[in-house]
Amino acid sequence: MRYDATTANAIEATGLVKRFGKTTALDGVDLVARQGRVLGVLGPNGAGKTTAVRILATLLRPDGGQASILGYDVLRDAHQVRQLIGLTGQYASVDEGLSGTNNLIMIGRLLGRPRADAKARAAELLARFDLTDAAARPAKTYSGGMRRRLDLAASLVGSPRVLYLDEPTTGLDPVSRTDVWGMIRGLVADGVTVLLTTQYLEEADQLAHDIVVIDHGKVVATGTPDELKAKTGGQVLQVSPADPARMAEVTALLEGLVKAEVSVGADIGVAIVPVTDAAWLPRVFRELDDRGIELAEFTLRQASLDEVFIELTGHRAEDEENGRELEGSKR
Amino acid sequence: MTAIGAPAAFPAPARRLTPLGGLRNTFTLTWRSVLKIRTNMEDLLGLSLQPIMYLLLFTYVFGGAIAGGTHTYLQFSLPGILVLSVVFATLGTGLMLNQDIATGVFDRFRSLPIARWAPLAGAVLGDMVRYSISVGVTLGFGMVLGFRIGTTPLAAAAGCLLLLLFAVAMCWFSALIGLLTKTPQGVQWFGFLAMFPLVFGSNLLVPSATMPGWLQAFVKVNPITYLTEAERGLLTGGPVATAAVRSLLWALGIFVVFAPLAVRVYRRRT
Repeated sequence: MRYDATTANAIEATGLVKRFGKTTALDGVDLVARQGRVLGVLGPNGAGKTTAVRILATLLRPDGGQASILGYDVLRDAHQVRQLIGLTGQYASVDEGLSGTNNLIMIGRLLGRPRADAKARAAELLARFDLTDAAARPAKTYSGGMRRRLDLAASLVGSPRVLYLDEPTTGLDPVSRTDVWGMIRGLVADGVTVLLTTQYLEEADQLAHDIVVIDHGKVVATGTPDELKAKTGGQVLQVSPADPARMAEVTALLEGLVKAEVSVGADIGVAIVPVTDAAWLPRVFRELDDRGIELAEFTLRQASLDEVFIELTGHRAEDEENGRELEGSKR
Repeated sequence: MTAIGAPAAFPAPARRLTPLGGLRNTFTLTWRSVLKIRTNMEDLLGLSLQPIMYLLLFTYVFGGAIAGGTHTYLQFSLPGILVLSVVFATLGTGLMLNQDIATGVFDRFRSLPIARWAPLAGAVLGDMVRYSISVGVTLGFGMVLGFRIGTTPLAAAAGCLLLLLFAVAMCWFSALIGLLTKTPQGVQWFGFLAMFPLVFGSNLLVPSATMPGWLQAFVKVNPITYLTEAERGLLTGGPVATAAVRSLLWALGIFVVFAPLAVRVYRRRT
């Protein structure tokens, strides 16, 4: 029995390899998404996230490894897999020349729904994604957020069991992003398995039950958000002087005591250092007091996914510009 | 609120698509193409104005010099201009496919459980409407300028049908270019580079008698020559059979070579 609603894993991929000429986009990637859960695939631009999604969506043949969706092999049973999945790409793949309604009717018809049925489903999805007012307008007149919502609606016409969302919120404003998050949560509540790729750690933290971190085509870490945070360093100390002018003094002191790299959030005026040994915490506090440095903040907290990511990959998840910014502020 | 995602129980997915299902996919995508023509005013305008421009330019610039009068030349050139307009219009197929790939629309199609060839076939069928517009405008405006059909309406209709058949074959070539090139500019360039010698290296606008021997040899085997001769026969009178059969054979040949190639490239593309 290959199709079984009780199968624990909706997506299983092992050893995926994909080369484009001389570059290796995927270098042996394993992925597992449990049914009804969100698997976050996290990684910087060019890490191989989109390549992995394209293989799982039957758009690309892997050079090595295998993958199955609800027990159906993406190569051998591609037609079955296509009946189970929905895909929302990084770039909204709606037909700009067609209205929102016609875009959705077209997909409904392609999926074999009768005309009236396709129309009803289109209207239902447009209402759900707050696009009813724009339904008759060509998609090229839509804003970025509306286009993304239409794209998401298009991937849901066939009520997929497994949904791939390839950077669904890249380039969206915060309000639209929160909207999309809400929609994803709604889908998961309905029992859909979601594979979500993102460069936003916050997004993975918010939505994903499990996270796979990919860098340069390789999996560098897996686990739940909490496990990942605990895995690397665990806790960080965050110190902020009341007088921003004494920041240099604080960092010098921390580096002297802790012998670890201190990163400074330049705009927010805090020194952040991983806590490798809790024993030096009282000393830090004493030294700061001895020197008469008044504190605005002295916090011990769990490492954020951002810090985990930097620790795992040696760079930030988001774009290069942010990376440079960070380099500049590192000591 | 109704559940938008998957219901709890799911039927096992179908193992394969029936040929009828593939045909239905094709018609849905044909509908899409036609809808797009209707909403794209610029394409529609260019499609209609291009034959008018050809007719005016060629008739009044070349007419006197080549045939000694515009009316005589129009009777000679209009079937050729029909061929020219339709052949150039096939570039639109490649352009649309190229755009569909660039915007990710084709990725969506490829991720759906539809026949692999349906998006291509749908685009080609939808473009029949474009070619019909081109043929209609050329014939209509030609008549305004003084062109007269010298045969029967039935023969003229057969002429239009032959043109459309040839166009359907040619647009698979255009589709291949659209799939192989990375940008719309690429489609334009390679399309024109391939089609210009084909179209103008024929007896389409001028009789081939004054051309050098090597060029006459090319003109003699050029499918555009046969098609033009067949159109002349069907629209203004004269022998038809040989030219019509040869252009049909050419159309079939072009289809048999380029349709499978295009489908293959489409399947393998990234």
